[in-house]
Amino acid sequence: MDKALHIENLSKSFASVPAVKNLSFDIEQGEIFGLLGPNGAGKSTTINMVSGITRIDSGRISAFGFDNRSHYRKTRRMLGVVHQEIVIDNFFTVAQALNLHAGYYGVEDDPLWRQELIDRLDLGPHLEKVMIKLSGGMKRRFMIAKALIHRPRLLILDEPTAGVDVELRHSLWDFVREINRNGTTILLTTHYLEEAEQMCDRIAIMNHGELVALEPTRDLVRRLSRRTLKLWLDSPLESIPTELETYHPRLEGNGRQLILCLPTDSGVSELLHQLSSLHLGIKDFETEQSGLEDVFLQLTRSGRNS
Amino acid sequence: MSGSNGQGVYKPWLPFTPLLRKEVLRFWRVASQTLLTPIITASLYLFVFGATLGERISVLEGFNYAQFVIPGLILMGVINNSFANCSSSLFMSRYLGGIVDLLVTPVSPSQFILAYTLAAMLRGSLVGLVTWLISTLFAEMPWTSPLLAVLMALLASVLFAQFGLIAAIFAKNFDTLSMYSNFLLLPLIYLGGVFYPISILPAPWSNLSHLNPMFYLIDGFRHAVLGVGDTSFAVSFGVSSLMTVVLFLWAAWLIGTGKRLRS
Repeated sequence: MDKALHIENLSKSFASVPAVKNLSFDIEQGEIFGLLGPNGAGKSTTINMVSGITRIDSGRISAFGFDNRSHYRKTRRMLGVVHQEIVIDNFFTVAQALNLHAGYYGVEDDPLWRQELIDRLDLGPHLEKVMIKLSGGMKRRFMIAKALIHRPRLLILDEPTAGVDVELRHSLWDFVREINRNGTTILLTTHYLEEAEQMCDRIAIMNHGELVALEPTRDLVRRLSRRTLKLWLDSPLESIPTELETYHPRLEGNGRQLILCLPTDSGVSELLHQLSSLHLGIKDFETEQSGLEDVFLQLTRSGRNS
Repeated sequence: MSGSNGQGVYKPWLPFTPLLRKEVLRFWRVASQTLLTPIITASLYLFVFGATLGERISVLEGFNYAQFVIPGLILMGVINNSFANCSSSLFMSRYLGGIVDLLVTPVSPSQFILAYTLAAMLRGSLVGLVTWLISTLFAEMPWTSPLLAVLMALLASVLFAQFGLIAAIFAKNFDTLSMYSNFLLLPLIYLGGVFYPISILPAPWSNLSHLNPMFYLIDGFRHAVLGVGDTSFAVSFGVSSLMTVVLFLWAAWLIGTGKRLRS
């Protein structure tokens, strides 16, 4: 089966400043793929090259087996793009704009599908309003309807929930999950890492135009996240026992709290055995697992320092 | 949900129609600016040159001044509005970012140019038509070759639609765009023979005026309406056609390669 998206050695510079450097990755059909990175990492440039807004300097992009330059008509109608910036045309009403947009993609207006989008995105009461009269949230909803009006096979969401309230964000993600279940592949970028962790099957992290990680979300978090064990002691410790050195220990709370980093690739039985033999007088304990946010910071900070 | 992943039959010609509809709706929605204003301007010109001076001056033998100036005023309306429609629509799309909505679609460069050009021609022709209808109150025109007159007007409209597209692509801001209109288009029109025949100018102005591309459009149109002109209709038509082809190829190259449209 062809990849939903195949990116090969993609590079792009603006005025000799590289924005994307030799980027390669694939997106499988039917997955929800997260492309993350700090501001200026090259995510939007990559998405713009996929959708055709930005010209490619070198490399290749294909969607569902078709090159996005030599078969641009084919690939573009298979893609739906929700841009990061709010893009609306103030001359038209929501109904007019949706109708026109289906036509731009070379497909006849499908009234049933259009109505379904209108209902699911609560656009019904606003159909006869000109764009300028819509609230920010409604504009976002409209942009999603517009990107889906031609039934794309790959939906690209470039920070679709930026500046959107919590309730709308949840309903948008529910909707995205639903269209994904119905067969649409999703490529999304977001600054809400918790959402990316919950939504995405796989995550790629970009930094300074390069790919610094690409793994299934769970593996990435498991491999790179840190689990810590916090122990509350009966009496303060003056020095940390040398036996615990491998767990990167540190003392807090005037020596009454001992914090250890748990190994990610082995069990904890050895540690428990050591703690027991050291007779530290443990009053209580707590474990903490860092999430994608910590992984993200770890990867992007190391890139910045290198 | 019935399923988002099931595209209808692709019709490659289809993107053109909604794009044309969008462009027509765009100027129609603000008709007071895009149609009424130029028509009022043309009416004022007609009143000044038709009702007041028209009968008192003659610059071309056998015709009063109103009869002389009306073809130029009609064509000026066609040219200005064809240019303004393309340039303002495309520039606003670029400036406000809405152009990305088109750049991500399968709309081909030829469909893009054709839709913008036809919408500009419609606006230009409407202004020209109304200007002509109002002009009938002031003077009776012979309309020697009405088909050739329509042909020249359409040619002028196509040419300045292409110029509008090119100006919108190169303009960096509103000031630059208005410079194209105020410092290039306006002098070319005014010095191109709308208000006087080039032949009455002394040398070297008369010869220099032949370098003004606008002269051929205006003279060709006037020739078709009045039956006389400063140069032959064939020359006017030939030069105008050549300019149209050159500007069309330039606009097509800019849009096809995405210069200044795609980053």
